[in-house]
Amino acid sequence: MLRLLDIEFHKFKHSKSSKVLTIIYLTIIVVLMLTGIIPITINGEKYALSDLGLFNFPLVWHLSTYFASFLKVFIAIVIVSLTASEYSNRTLKQNLIDGLSKKELLLSKVYFTIVLAITATVIVFLASLILGLIYSDFDEPSIIFSQMGYLGGFFLAHLVFFTFCLFAGILVKRGAFALGLVFVYYIFESIINAVAKGLDTYYDWNIYDGYLVHILPLNAMSNLIKQPFTKIDLVKSTTSQIPIEGLEFTYDIEWLDIISVLIWSGLFVYWSFALLKRRDL
Amino acid sequence: MKNILEVNHLHKNYGALTAVNKVSFKIEKGNVYGILGPNGSGKSTTLGMVLNVVNPTSGSYKWFDGSMSTHDALKKIGAIIERPNFYPSMNAVQNLKLVCKIKGVAYDRIDETLELVGLLSRKHSPFKTYSLGMKQRLAIASALLNNPEILILDEPTNGLDPQGIRQIRDLIKHIAKSGTTILLASHLLDEVEKVCSHVIVLRQGNMLYQGRVDQMVQNHGSIFLSSQNIAQLRSFLNEKSFVAELIEQDSLLEVKLSSPVTTAQINKEAFEKGIVLTELAFKKQSLEDQFLELTKN
Repeated sequence: MLRLLDIEFHKFKHSKSSKVLTIIYLTIIVVLMLTGIIPITINGEKYALSDLGLFNFPLVWHLSTYFASFLKVFIAIVIVSLTASEYSNRTLKQNLIDGLSKKELLLSKVYFTIVLAITATVIVFLASLILGLIYSDFDEPSIIFSQMGYLGGFFLAHLVFFTFCLFAGILVKRGAFALGLVFVYYIFESIINAVAKGLDTYYDWNIYDGYLVHILPLNAMSNLIKQPFTKIDLVKSTTSQIPIEGLEFTYDIEWLDIISVLIWSGLFVYWSFALLKRRDL
Repeated sequence: MKNILEVNHLHKNYGALTAVNKVSFKIEKGNVYGILGPNGSGKSTTLGMVLNVVNPTSGSYKWFDGSMSTHDALKKIGAIIERPNFYPSMNAVQNLKLVCKIKGVAYDRIDETLELVGLLSRKHSPFKTYSLGMKQRLAIASALLNNPEILILDEPTNGLDPQGIRQIRDLIKHIAKSGTTILLASHLLDEVEKVCSHVIVLRQGNMLYQGRVDQMVQNHGSIFLSSQNIAQLRSFLNEKSFVAELIEQDSLLEVKLSSPVTTAQINKEAFEKGIVLTELAFKKQSLEDQFLELTKN
């Protein structure tokens, strides 16, 4: 396993696009961390975002994983381009001729994908921990390390998205088209969602909330970490002053989504392997 | 371990098209093999199948008498298929290190093989800046990293300029001399003729011949003659028993020999008959002639 990781890391290390995108990713994380310090002037009084309690433990875990999730697109581009360029440079063929089996080749990519997801999780964990330690009003360990399930959700969301990108890269064989496919699929899922929601309202069904939100891969992925805005004190106090009927928010990670996301990850890996095995190069 | 590769009834269809039709052959240690065939005769497909990149429709193959799995066997061989495939932004050393990691060998032969192919001075340039000849030489260096049991080369001089072709051929000859088993696929016959001891001939996926190069077609070459009086020369030759076929072209007669005969003897007999030869030359049949003869129908 270490050998396979070593092989894939060698490819990653010496690829220009992956270097650039990793730097962009890290830069954005750091910039996001710094936003906490930015002072906002309201009515002549200076506030910082940190004063809103955004970085209080354990809210910081939820908030940072939610926002950092949007950045997974950058790492996804790395995965898609690393995979698809193996086809366009025909290095995939050469790897096999040099003595890598098709299974080993896919495993090296899957392992690396898992490592990238873990790395992203660790980076967000460290960034949130630092932010929290600086700005949080609570610093008891029992509070700091509560509600860390969001990091698990963050990891799973990355895992399923990355395996999806891996599959797209292998299926389409061209980096740009593979990214296009991911985007088109995203639109496709959005359309299905919109139709389902429309039907639900019209016929009083429960297709979207009951099924689609958990079944479709991108839905389940985004549903793992739900929006944290209504948890923020300021918003919370506003909504509690003006109660809206039927407006209740849940924030927990649902088991159904975890299972769905794991099944999809498995399917994407399996389909990638099946494609690789069946195709002549 | 005598057999390096044994291929049994290997068959590949692409839809209705038969690319390789139940081909069987053996590669033994220490020989230099050529796979000959025109473009599209199934050479690359055959190699692709034994190299684990093309799935056979039917049939089987065994590396090293079946003592190990295909991908482990491939770690012990060196192969170059069609054009050189490397990571464009990596330099020569980085690319070769990756191959070492895949094959599970140490890095210590990288400089040695780069020196052999004459790329040592450019070893830190990215692959994408290389000329085609340099790329092809890097591919040979990469195939030699593991001291391979067999070196498989598919059209190694394709698309190269004359200097590049010469460099690659010299390299192949150099490697062949060191006793490495080589399998060379090519449609260029003089390439095969110069280095190979054994040959496998393919045409439209069918195997026409396998065996030693010198036994490919039983014949004794040709003699070219000319005289002032062609008609007299022709009737003289028609009586001879060594003549298998007589071809006339541009006042030159080509005699295909059915048994060995010396030019001195012909000269003498013709002169005794009063025929003065203006031209007399013996030509051994080239592999090209043999190949064309074999693939004629």
